[in-house]
Amino acid sequence: MSSIKDILAVDDEPVVLTAINKTCTSERLKVDCAESAAEALKRMESQDYRLIISDIKMPEMDGFQLLAEVKKRGITSGVIISTGYATVENAVHALSEGAIDFIPKPFTADELLSALYRGLRYGTIVSSENKSGNILPYVPCPSRYYRLGYGSWVYPERDGTAKIGVTDLFVKAMENLTAIELTPMLSDIYQGNSCAQMRDARGLMHAVMCPLSGQVIQVNEELTEAPSQIEKDPFFEGWFYRIIPTDLEYELPKLVSCSSDRL
Amino acid sequence: MPAWLDKIGFRLILVVGVTAILIIGVFSYFNIRSHTEVLLAEVERRANQLSETVKYSTRHDMLFNQRERIHRQIRDIGEQPGINRIRLLNKTGEIVYSSKPDDIGKMVDKNAESCFVCHSDQKPIERLTISERTRVFRLHPDSVRIMGIINPIYNEASCWEASCHVHEPEQKVLGVLDVTIPLADVDAQVQSSRLEMTIFALVSFVALSCIIGIFVYRWVEIPVHTMVTATHEIAGGNLNHALPENRSDELGQLARAFNHMTRKMAEARLQLFQSDKMASLGRLAAGVAHEINNPLTGVLTYSSYLMKRTASQPDIQEDLKVIVRETLRSREIVKSLLDFARQSVPKKSAADICEIIRRSLSVTENQLRLHRVKVETNFNEDMPHVVVDSNQMQQVFINLLVNAADAMSESGGTIHIHLARINLSPYGTTQIRKALCNKNHNLMSPDIKINGLPTIRLKAKSEGAEGFLYLDPIYGSHQHEYGILSGNIMSLQCPQCLTSVINESVRCPKCNALTYSFEVAGKGVFRGCTRNGCDWQQWPIMDEAGVREFVEIKVRDNGIGIPPEDMSRIFEPFFTTKGQKGTGLGLSVIWGIIDNHDGKITVESIPGLGTTFTIRIPVKS
Repeated sequence: MSSIKDILAVDDEPVVLTAINKTCTSERLKVDCAESAAEALKRMESQDYRLIISDIKMPEMDGFQLLAEVKKRGITSGVIISTGYATVENAVHALSEGAIDFIPKPFTADELLSALYRGLRYGTIVSSENKSGNILPYVPCPSRYYRLGYGSWVYPERDGTAKIGVTDLFVKAMENLTAIELTPMLSDIYQGNSCAQMRDARGLMHAVMCPLSGQVIQVNEELTEAPSQIEKDPFFEGWFYRIIPTDLEYELPKLVSCSSDRL
Repeated sequence: MPAWLDKIGFRLILVVGVTAILIIGVFSYFNIRSHTEVLLAEVERRANQLSETVKYSTRHDMLFNQRERIHRQIRDIGEQPGINRIRLLNKTGEIVYSSKPDDIGKMVDKNAESCFVCHSDQKPIERLTISERTRVFRLHPDSVRIMGIINPIYNEASCWEASCHVHEPEQKVLGVLDVTIPLADVDAQVQSSRLEMTIFALVSFVALSCIIGIFVYRWVEIPVHTMVTATHEIAGGNLNHALPENRSDELGQLARAFNHMTRKMAEARLQLFQSDKMASLGRLAAGVAHEINNPLTGVLTYSSYLMKRTASQPDIQEDLKVIVRETLRSREIVKSLLDFARQSVPKKSAADICEIIRRSLSVTENQLRLHRVKVETNFNEDMPHVVVDSNQMQQVFINLLVNAADAMSESGGTIHIHLARINLSPYGTTQIRKALCNKNHNLMSPDIKINGLPTIRLKAKSEGAEGFLYLDPIYGSHQHEYGILSGNIMSLQCPQCLTSVINESVRCPKCNALTYSFEVAGKGVFRGCTRNGCDWQQWPIMDEAGVREFVEIKVRDNGIGIPPEDMSRIFEPFFTTKGQKGTGLGLSVIWGIIDNHDGKITVESIPGLGTTFTIRIPVKS
C-alpha cells in the first residue's frame, strides 16, 4: 500500500470537488476526489486517507450510508459531513452517527480549511491515543456531561439551567488558540448552529456547534479576556455560557453521554 | 309520529294545559258540590218551615176535628208555586188529607220512600232530626228531582182529652205530614254552574296555550332555529357566520359560546392552512437550498481562495471582497429561507445601522434608478451601535426599499429615510418574551396572539368557570384574553406543572385583590393584579432601568399608499397585492426579523399620498 494521503473528498458536484481540491492543494495537502460513494469506497481499498469529507445527498449511496460503511469496514479515518441542506437535524444526526465534524455548504476556503486542519489533528491525537495505550493525550469529558460529537459539551444543572463549553479534544485539535468570540447575553442559541468562534494562530476561525438550544443568561466574560484559560480547564473554569434550555427532554437524548465514554 | 308532537312548545302546552284543566276540574267539583249543598239546605229549611206552618195552622182544626177546614187549608197551601204536594197520613199509612184530592183514601206502602226512614227498622222511631226526615227522589227516572220532608205528628194530652176521643193516650205518633218540593230550580242552577266551569276551563286552556305558544316561539323556537341554521352554515364550511349575541338569557350564553367556538375553529383552520403552506414552503426551500448551495460553494470557495492568494494586490482584493461579501449574503438569504420555514434565529453583533442602510441602498441602486426613485437620507454619524444581525437587517431595508419603489408611479418619486434616537418608557412598550413558572416551565403561548405577539398562558379558575387566561405580553397594555372566565379569578396555575402563580403575601395596591407573579427569563419578577379590569402591573427591573433608548428608522415614500382594508393584513405571510410578482413573504419576513431583534415595526399610510414604515430597535447598553 502506498503512502498515506491526507484527504478524500466525496461529492457528486464536480465544481465542489475542484474547489476543495484547489483550496487544499494550495495548502500542500494531498487530495483525492470521488464523484460517488462507491468510487470513494473503491479508492479506500487501495489507499489510506487521514480524513474523508463527504456530501450527504448523492445518488445511489448517500453520505450517511458511506459513513456507516466506513465504520463497518473498520477504517479509522475521520469523516466530515458537508451538505447544502444544512439543517440542525442533519448536523446532529451526522455527529451522533460518528462523523467528527459537520460543515454546511457553501463554505469559504478558510471555513473549509479550519475544519480540515482540525480533522487532521483530531486524527493524529486519536491515533496517538491508540499507540500510547493507557495515557490519554487529552482530558476526557467528565461523567454526567453530555457532548455533541467530540466538540462541545453540556452539563445540565439541578436548577434547570445548563452550562455549555468545548471539550479538551476540540481545543487540542484546533491548535494554538488566540481568541474567543462569544455571543452576547440573552441571545438565543440553537442546537447544531454555531454558538461561538475560536481563532487559531493561523488566523482561521473555528465555529463551535451548540450542543443544546436555549437562551444565554450568563456569559463567561473572563474567557474572552484570557482565552488560554480554556486550555487549562475546559470542563470547569473554561465554560462558555449558562443557558435556560428550551427543549431539554427532546434534545438531550441526541447527545452522547460522557459517562458511557469511560466504560 | 308527526314532527309537531316532538316540539318542546307542544309538549309544554300539553303539560301546562292538562295541569290547568286538572286544577280547574278539582276546584269546580268541590265548588259545585258545596254550592249544591247550600242550595239544598235552603230548600230543606224552607220545606221544613212550610211543614211546621201547616202542622201548626191545622192544629186547632185537628183538635176540633173540623175536617173540611183542614182539607181547604192543605189544598190552598198546596197550590202555592214551588210546592209539589202536601199530604197527611195516619198511622196505618192511609192518606187522610192531601193537596191533590185524588190521593185521599189511598194507602201508602210502609216501604215507600216517604215511610222508609222511620219504618226501616220495622218499628216506628219516635224522634227524628231534620236531615233524617228529608229525602230526595224522582217519581220516574226522567222526571225532575223532588225533595220530600216528613213531619211526624206526636200524640199529646190535648189530643186524647179532646172531645172527639179519636186517639188513645198510649199512642205516640198519630200520623205524618209529608211535604214535597220540586228541585227543578236547584238542579237548573247547578247545571248552569257546571256549564260555566267547563267553559272557563276550556277558555283557560286555550288562553294558556296561546300565551305559552307565543313565548316559546319567541324565546325558544326562533333562537333555536337561528342556531340550527348557523350550525348548517358552519357545517357547510362558512366559519364567518356568527349568531347575534344580544340576548342575556341562557340561549344568549349559548350563542356567545357558539360564536367563541366558531372563532376558535376558524383560527384552527387558518393555522392548519398556514402550516400546510409553511410545510410546502419548507419543502421548496429545502430543494432550493440544496440546488443553490452547490454552485454557491464553487463561487465562495474560489473567490475566498483567490482572496488568500492575492493578499498582496489591494486593487483585486477590493473587488474580490465584494464577491465574497455578496456570496455570503446569498448564503444567509438561502439560510434565512430555510430559517423562515423553520423559524430560526439571527446572529447578532454590534453594528452601525447607517452602514447597513447604505449597503442596502447600494444593492438596490439599479432598481431604484429604473423606477426613477430618488432617496433622501439624514444620516448623522453619532448614531449608537445596535446589536443586530447585519444580514437580516439589510434584508429588511432592501425589502422596504423595493416595496417603496414598486409603490411609485411611472414618473417616479422620493424615498425619505430618517434616523433618530428616541427614548421610550418601558411601561406600555416592553414585551415579555419569555415567562417562566417557579419550576422553569415556559408559559408563552405562540398559538394565541394579542396584536401579533405570543401571549402568556395561565390555567385559571373563576367563579363557576375553568379555562385558560392569555395575558397581553406588553407591560402595561391590558388587552388580555379571558376566554370563558368571568368574575373574580380564584386560582392561577402554570398549565404544565399546576404550580400556583398567585402570590398570597402581595396584594394589589390599587384594589387590594390577589396578585400573580412569574419570572421573566433573565429580567426578574413580573407582577400583576388578578382582578379582571384592574390595570396594576409591576416589573421592577424594567422600571429601574427607566426609559430605554431606541434607534428609530422611518422609511417614507410618496407612492400609491395602502388601502385601509389591507392595513391589518400586510404583515401576514402570503398576503400580497402584487399578484404573480410577489410571494407575500417580504413584510412577514421583515416583521419576523424585527421581532427577533426585540424591535417593533409599525406602518402608517394615506392612500394616494404615501406610506411610512417606522422601525424601532433597542440600543443595548
